[in-house]
Amino acid sequence: MSRNLFVALAAVLALGLSACKDDKASMEAKPAELVVVSWGGAYSASQQSAYHTPYMEKYPQVTIVNDDSSNEAVPKLRAMNEAGNVTWDLVDVVAADAIRACDDGLALEIDVDDTLAKAPDGTKASADFGDLLVSPCFIPQIVYSTTFGYRTDLVKEPMTDLCDIFDLARFPGKRSLEKQPINNLEWALLCDGVDADDIYNVLGTKEGVERALKKLDTIKSEIIWWSKGAETPQRLADGEVVAGSTYNGRLFSLIEEKKQPVAMLWDWQIFDLDGWIVPKGISDEQLEAVKHYLYFATDTQRLADQAKYISYGPARSSSAPLVGKHADLGIDMAPHMPTDPNNAKNVLLFNFDFWGDKRDEIDEQFQAWLSR
Amino acid sequence: MSSTTTFQLLTADGRALKAVLKKHKARRKRKAFLLVTPLLAFVIVGFCLPILDMLRRSTNNHIVEKTLPRTVLALKEWDAGGTTLPNEPAFASLAQDLVIAQHHRRATQLGQRLNYEFSGLASLFRRSGRHMEELVNEVRSTRGSYKETLIAFDARWGETDSWRVLKRFSDTLVADYYWAALDMRRDLRSNEVSLRPSKERIYLRLFGRTVVISLGITLATLLLGFPLALWIARLPSGQGNLLLVMVLLPFWTSLLVRTTSWIVLLQQQGVINDLLVAVGILSEEGRLRMIYNTTGTVIAMTHILLPFMVLPLYSVMKTISPSYMRAAVSLGAHPISAFWKVYFPSTVPGIGAGAIMVFILSIGYYITPELVGGRTGVFISNRIAYHISSSLNWGLAAALGVALLGFVIAIYWLYDKIVGIDNIRLG
Repeated sequence: MSRNLFVALAAVLALGLSACKDDKASMEAKPAELVVVSWGGAYSASQQSAYHTPYMEKYPQVTIVNDDSSNEAVPKLRAMNEAGNVTWDLVDVVAADAIRACDDGLALEIDVDDTLAKAPDGTKASADFGDLLVSPCFIPQIVYSTTFGYRTDLVKEPMTDLCDIFDLARFPGKRSLEKQPINNLEWALLCDGVDADDIYNVLGTKEGVERALKKLDTIKSEIIWWSKGAETPQRLADGEVVAGSTYNGRLFSLIEEKKQPVAMLWDWQIFDLDGWIVPKGISDEQLEAVKHYLYFATDTQRLADQAKYISYGPARSSSAPLVGKHADLGIDMAPHMPTDPNNAKNVLLFNFDFWGDKRDEIDEQFQAWLSR
Repeated sequence: MSSTTTFQLLTADGRALKAVLKKHKARRKRKAFLLVTPLLAFVIVGFCLPILDMLRRSTNNHIVEKTLPRTVLALKEWDAGGTTLPNEPAFASLAQDLVIAQHHRRATQLGQRLNYEFSGLASLFRRSGRHMEELVNEVRSTRGSYKETLIAFDARWGETDSWRVLKRFSDTLVADYYWAALDMRRDLRSNEVSLRPSKERIYLRLFGRTVVISLGITLATLLLGFPLALWIARLPSGQGNLLLVMVLLPFWTSLLVRTTSWIVLLQQQGVINDLLVAVGILSEEGRLRMIYNTTGTVIAMTHILLPFMVLPLYSVMKTISPSYMRAAVSLGAHPISAFWKVYFPSTVPGIGAGAIMVFILSIGYYITPELVGGRTGVFISNRIAYHISSSLNWGLAAALGVALLGFVIAIYWLYDKIVGIDNIRLG
C-alpha cells in the first residue's frame, strides 16, 4: 500500500517538476552549478571577465566553477568516461583536442545554428564561424597563434624574417622552441626553401621529416626546449634566450603588461583555434544549462569582449569590427591581434588532418632525433 | 619414540593443551588480520588493481573484433602475407560494419587505435565512417561492387597494407605495445618481429639513460649524505634534532618551487653564473651550461632526494655504539682504518636502504626532469606521461609502465642476490 502511494506521489512530483520545466521559457536559466574547465592564468581571467561574470550577474541563480585542467582535458575526460562519472560541464580545448575527443566519443556533437546566437545582422552562426568549425563537437572561441618573440636589446638589428631564427651568425644566442615536432618542422622546411603550399607533401614522407630535422640540426645546440607555455616568456625576461616561440597572448602580456624589452616576430606565425566542447555523459538538466550559457557566451559581443583582456582574435567574423581597447592599458587591441593584416602577411594554419594522422609516427622520429 | 606419541599434556580443566594453544593462536591471528584489513583493502584497491588494469591495457585489443565483427570473420581466409587484396565479401562486410560502427560513433575510435600502428588510418576511418551509409546506398541502388566503390572513394582501401593492419590486429590479445616499448617492430607482411635500426630507437635509449642518471643521483646523495648523517649522529641530541629538522625542511616546500629555484640558480643568466662572471672566474662568453641537460637533472634531483638518503643513514648510525671505534683504536688501529674496518661496515644496512629508496624513487621521477632536463636529461617516465596525456596511447604507456616495473623488480632481485635484502635497515 504505502509503496504504491510512494510511487504515485513520486509520479505526481515528477509531473509537477516537468510541468514547471516547460513553464519557464527557454530564455530563463534554471538554477545550476556549471563546472567550466579552462587553461587557468590570464586566459581563464579573460573568460571570467568577458563571459562568466556578466552571465552570473544576469542570471544570479547560476554558479560557474572554474577548473584549470585544460592541458590534460582529453585524458581526464576519457578516464571520467570510463568510470561513468562525468563531472565537467564545459571544457575549453584546442581544436586538435576537440577533434580527438569527438573521434573518441568523449564530446557531444553540437548543432551550432540550433544552439548558438545569430550574428547581429542575422547571419547564421555556422556562417559566422565559417571554416573555423573544424569538428562537429567544437565551438570555436578564439584564434591564437604560435609565434616568436625576441629580445630587442640582445640583437644588433631587429628580427623580421622567420629564418633569422636559423641564422646563428647574425643572431647568436639560445632559442626556446617547443619540445614537439608540430610547428618546428614546418618552420624548418620553410627556411630550407620549401614552398608553403608544399610543406605537408614534403612532411608526409620519412625523408621530408629527416630534411626538416637536418635543418633543425643547424641550431640544435642552441635550442632550449619548452613544454609549458610560460617557459619562453620567463626565459626571454631573464635573457636566457635571445628568441623563442610561444602563444602570442603570452608575448603580448610580456611586452605590453610587463614592459620587457621584447618584440614580436610575426613572420610565419601558425594559427590555431581554441574553443568549447561539451562532454558526453552529462545529465539532460546540465546540458540544458550549458546550452543556455553557450548561447550567451559565444555571441558576437561576448567574443569581442574577450579581446579586451587578452590578445587573441575572436572566432566570429562579426566580432572583429567590435574589438576595442585593452580594459586596463587602454591601448588599441587590433594591432596586437594575430589576425591583423600587418601581422598576418605570412601565416600557416595548423593542419588538423595531417597531424591527426601523422603525429604519432613523426613524433617517434622527432624523439629519436632529440635523444641522438 | 612411541612413549612420546601416547603422552599428552593436558590443561587444568582436562583438555589437550596443544588444541587449546592452537585455538588461542588462531584467534589471535584472526584479530591481527582484522587489524590489517583496512590496509590490505587499501593496498588491493589502490595498488594491486591499478597494476592489474595496467597489465590488461598493455595487451588488450578487443576494439577491432568488437567494432568490425563481420570483417574480422571475412578476413579469416585472406592471406596477409600475399599481395592480393581481400575479396568482395570482405569489402561488403567492412561497409556493413562501418555503417553500424558510425551509428554508435565507434568508427573514429577504431581509427585512432589503428593509427598507432599505421599512420593515416585515423583519417581513413573518420572519412569512411562519415560517408559509408551513402556509399552502401549507392552500391545497392546501382548493384555495383563494394570493392570498386570503396577504392574509388578512398584509394587507401586499395592498398594491401591497410587490410594487413586490420587482419594483424583482429586478435583480441596482442603483444605489439610491448614490441613498441622495446623499440621493436612487427612487419605487417611477414609478421616477423625485429629490432628497429639504432637511429630510430627511443625507449631502450631512455631506459638506459634513466638507469645511468639514477645511479649517478644515488651516488651523489650518498657522497653528500654520508658525512652529514655521520655529523648529525655524533652531535648531542638537541643539536642533532635541530639539524634533522633542517634536513626535513625542504619537504615542507612544494616540489615545483624547489625545482624552479634551481632554474633561477643554474641557468646561464642565473645567480651562480652571474657570480662566477662577477668574480672573474668565468668570461661572459664562457658561462656554464648547468641546466636543461643531464647536469641539471642530477643537481636538482640530488637535492630533492637527499633526505631519503640521510634519514636511514642517520638512524642506523645512531645505533652504532661509539665504544666499537674506541675499542678498535685502543687495540692499535689507525683511526682511518678503524673507521673503514669497524664503523663503515656497520653502516652498510643504512646505505642499502637509502640507496634503494633514492634509486627507485628517481627512476620513476618525472616533473623535475621535465622542467630542468632539456633534451638529454629526461627519463622514461616523461615518455609515459606523454603517452598518457598527449598521444593518448594508453596501451603503450601501460606497456612502458610494466617494463619499468619489471625492471625495478629485477633490480630488487639483484640487490637481494648481491647484498641480501635482510641487510636493509631503516633504524
